Amino acid sequence: MPNPKRRHSKARTRSRRAHDFLKQKSMSVCPQCHEPKMPHRVCPKCGYYKGREVIAVKDIL
Amino acid sequence: MRHGMANRKLGRTSAHRAALFRNQLASLIDKERIITTLPKAKELRPQIERLVTLGKNDSLHNRRQAERVVGEDTLIAKLFTTLGPRFNERPGGYTRIIKLGARRGDAAEMAILEFVGYEPKIEEAPAEEKGGGKKAAPKKEAAEETEAAAEAKPKKKAAPKKAASAKKPAKAAAPKKKARTPGTKRGQ
Ligand SMILES: [Zn+2]
Repeated sequence: MPNPKRRHSKARTRSRRAHDFLKQKSMSVCPQCHEPKMPHRVCPKCGYYKGREVIAVKDIL
Repeated sequence: MRHGMANRKLGRTSAHRAALFRNQLASLIDKERIITTLPKAKELRPQIERLVTLGKNDSLHNRRQAERVVGEDTLIAKLFTTLGPRFNERPGGYTRIIKLGARRGDAAEMAILEFVGYEPKIEEAPAEEKGGGKKAAPKKEAAEETEAAAEAKPKKKAAPKKAASAKKPAKAAAPKKKARTPGTKRGQ
């Protein structure tokens, strides 16, 4: 079976992982309550979507 | 290759899937709005649309076609006497899907599947303005267009319904997630 010939240095490992990070979600602003919210989704803070209250906030699980 | 494979399996056997859809379609006809995961809502939408289209033309054959999917007589009756006539003018697109965001626990994307014109009955601190529960479909469409319209319209209907709906919120303070009281809070 093929095996690694050399151990990878810390720098090599870390360089590889330099791009392993989570990206910030892009958020839009709720026109109703001005809180950040996910685009194209009901605002979890006020339950509004497209200018009307579509759901009570407590019902958003 | 998964070319031309239209539907999701939703991790179920075909019988399990059919039973799930039956149940959800029945709930949707009954309550006119259901909250489920986005993939299920997307699978359900063409099915309910097909049923409503059947409901527009009340014939024995159409009733039997609908009964293949929804077994309950009361729901079939509602489909043909309420929903069919309500959407008579609308050439399809009787339902809408509103995304809710990820569910806590498994981060599944949730969605509301509701009939167009559904007026959410939201109980909260008594609202300044209350909209009527049932209006004609085209009117409701217009009300959604702009917030201004939504604020302006309920005023006419607000007065008579306000009294009726004001009592209810207290009673139903802690219902299940689908239970709602009449009385709709509109734009603030
Ligand atoms: Zn908001």
